[in-house]
Amino acid sequence: MLATRWEPWTELNRLSREMDRLFSRGGNAINSVTGVGTFPALNVWGDNDNLYAEAELPGFALDDLEIYVIGNQLTIKGERRPPEHDGGTWHRQERGYGKFSRMIELPGDIDADRVSAELNNGVLHVTLPKCEAVKPRRIEVTSN
Amino acid sequence: MSSTTMTTANQDVNKQTERSEMSNGQSHRPTFQPRFDIWEGDEELVLYGDIPGVKSDDLEINFENRQLTIHGKVGRHHDGEGYLYSEYGVGDFQRTFTIGEAINSEAISAELHDGVLTLHLPKSDAAKPRRIEVKTS
Repeated sequence: MLATRWEPWTELNRLSREMDRLFSRGGNAINSVTGVGTFPALNVWGDNDNLYAEAELPGFALDDLEIYVIGNQLTIKGERRPPEHDGGTWHRQERGYGKFSRMIELPGDIDADRVSAELNNGVLHVTLPKCEAVKPRRIEVTSN
Repeated sequence: MSSTTMTTANQDVNKQTERSEMSNGQSHRPTFQPRFDIWEGDEELVLYGDIPGVKSDDLEINFENRQLTIHGKVGRHHDGEGYLYSEYGVGDFQRTFTIGEAINSEAISAELHDGVLTLHLPKSDAAKPRRIEVKTS
């Protein structure tokens, strides 16, 4: 038997996950077609030349992920399979499995040919170079 | 609950934040509770935990008095400023389980692959199920 200390947050989290599951936009099939999903959570920031997107994707290899960039849209798709055991008992299953797809819009067009991605210890880091046209340009002011 | 999709909408909410107060006045650093799957078979307990961003050198696992504590340090930092999307926080991972089964603590093993910790806790012989032969006289 396994037990953890009673942690009210855990109970709330479980509830919020169940709610997510119930009210996720139209369920799995639609999500994967339209690319509207909420997993994974993303952090996106940028500098003058690039935008950077990061997501926590533990248990994925780069082969399990598909990353697309079209114009200013970044799409990340993937699938994680549950560990397989014959018999036995699952005491806890808190980790998510299955297919996901998420699309986000970025503030400017991306040079899709130069996009690069790396995956380290379950953290995906995507470097998205901005198109020349959308890079900030300093305008020299001349006086006569 | 058929095939579960990954509908973890906001990991910032799901990963619970407990800001650990440091008495010596160091800056606050968020600590998150990682998610775990726990499977029990006849021979062992297997724990799977998602601890993305933790290197094996930065992972500390202790088993003492039936308390299994997992602490993973995450070096990078996320302050949420200047971000276009800021949907999850970055910080250390910590979780404690109380293991009721008798475990052969010498034989515990751990692997870390792609941010997933797999812990094998072999049961001590006393805790393994035993089949009792019924003899007929």
